[in-house]
Amino acid sequence: MRALPALTAITLTSGFGLAFFYAPMDADQGFMQKIFYVHVPLGIVALCGFVLGGIMGIQHLRTGDRRYDLRSYVAIHLSLILGVGVLLTGSIWAKASWGAWWVWDEPTLVSFLIVFLLYACYQPLRFSIEDPEKQARYASVFAVTAGAFVPLNFIAVRLAQAVIHPRVFATADGGLPAKMQLAFTVCLLGMALLYVTLWRYEMAAKQASWSLRSLKRRLGGDEAVAARGRSAAPSLPVT
Amino acid sequence: MSDTLPDNTGYVAAAYLVFLGLLLIYVAIMAAKLGRVQRELQELDELAARQDAEREEAVAR
Amino acid sequence: MRQAVGAVLRKDLQLELRAPQAVPAMALFSVTTLVVFHFALQRNTVEGELAAGVLSVTLLFAAMLGISRLFVAEREEGGFDAFLLAPVDRTALLVAKALALLCFLVAVEVVLVPAFALLLLGPGLDAGTVAQLAGLLLLVDAGIAVVGTLVSAIAVQTRTRDLLVPLLGLPLLIPVVIGLARGATPLFLEAGAEALPGRWLLVLALYDLTFGLLAYALFDYLVED
Repeated sequence: MRALPALTAITLTSGFGLAFFYAPMDADQGFMQKIFYVHVPLGIVALCGFVLGGIMGIQHLRTGDRRYDLRSYVAIHLSLILGVGVLLTGSIWAKASWGAWWVWDEPTLVSFLIVFLLYACYQPLRFSIEDPEKQARYASVFAVTAGAFVPLNFIAVRLAQAVIHPRVFATADGGLPAKMQLAFTVCLLGMALLYVTLWRYEMAAKQASWSLRSLKRRLGGDEAVAARGRSAAPSLPVT
Repeated sequence: MSDTLPDNTGYVAAAYLVFLGLLLIYVAIMAAKLGRVQRELQELDELAARQDAEREEAVAR
Repeated sequence: MRQAVGAVLRKDLQLELRAPQAVPAMALFSVTTLVVFHFALQRNTVEGELAAGVLSVTLLFAAMLGISRLFVAEREEGGFDAFLLAPVDRTALLVAKALALLCFLVAVEVVLVPAFALLLLGPGLDAGTVAQLAGLLLLVDAGIAVVGTLVSAIAVQTRTRDLLVPLLGLPLLIPVVIGLARGATPLFLEAGAEALPGRWLLVLALYDLTFGLLAYALFDYLVED
């Protein structure tokens, strides 16, 4: 597991290398199709992260174990960061393809925007509930609802577009030449590994902060520890 | 294809740079947090050392 | 369970009938919104896609008003605690509130649709079109009712409830907007109303079912302690 960051770096770099030097040039879009190798893996991993947040939410509600709430929080937090990347790279792709910084023609991008706007409310929601136990519970209900909404939303938006605009980017579906598929798969793997790496860092950082607080309290007494005040981040019950 | 290449290269580069930029910003924020944790750990270390010294003094008396 | 649902539903409906606040406000708001649309779009009549869009947005925003207020009375006057003490399934509260919201939305539409036909809609509405529109709106209202009740229950316990209801509710309700706008467009065509595409009814029904089950499963966790 200590090799994870290195493995992530190697996988991502090889993935991008394959994308640029091994995969053939796309017949329709030319060089700009290369954005697809960073944009789509980011998107897939971000969406899986959102759904993972929902699953962790279910576990938290079922077991009451606040560590699941922490996992749900980290999953959604990371997916939001990746989501910013998805929207920015998607916008750049739109500009390169259609000449405008945003287009409504690409249903997956539109669906992603809706999902992103929904999840952007996650932290304000948490912040507006003071009691930590209630905050965790309500956040989990939200995570589950939003997680179930992700697939529904994609279906609905896709249906809404199919009537007027045919799917332009057939590259995201099957029908990819084998070389492109390999490069794409490696990039996807790299993004997934990146997510796991960042996840572990977030969890470790949280653990460290809490151990620090606990140590402070034991050494310096309760006055040494500043009052936490309101926070959107989950906290485990004081042991 | 060669006349579209310069334009599209810029966009492709921008997309990948956005990705790298986000990653670097994340790493920078985490590094800052780590710095703060290390500083506080050092303070606690000094606090513990002081408490040890006081305890020894009390025992010596 | 059914008795509990009936009791809470009757209480809410009676409260509204005796001292009407939510429904008149929502209805008035929706008519005013139609006037705003006249000026914002700079048109005397709308038809087809534009008409469906105006109707969808107006209904959605009027619904937001009603959703914000759904649990406020319970919260402020201890209705939650009273309910928890009673030996009933807590999801009865969810079902009752969702049904109440559904009734309010239907009441608002009784005002909104004629006003819309009068003020802004270009082509007229005949009986067949109205029937199809009513069916579509029923499924739409069910979706808004379920999601609205869930969102309202989440938001009522926070300090920023009137901000959170639209923030949470609007993205979640986008599939409903899609269903309503797409489904209603053929009904409002200038050339003559065409039949409603069945697929949108199916999409809305699927949405209602999914969120209905989800809300049913999750509501317990919102009404604890």
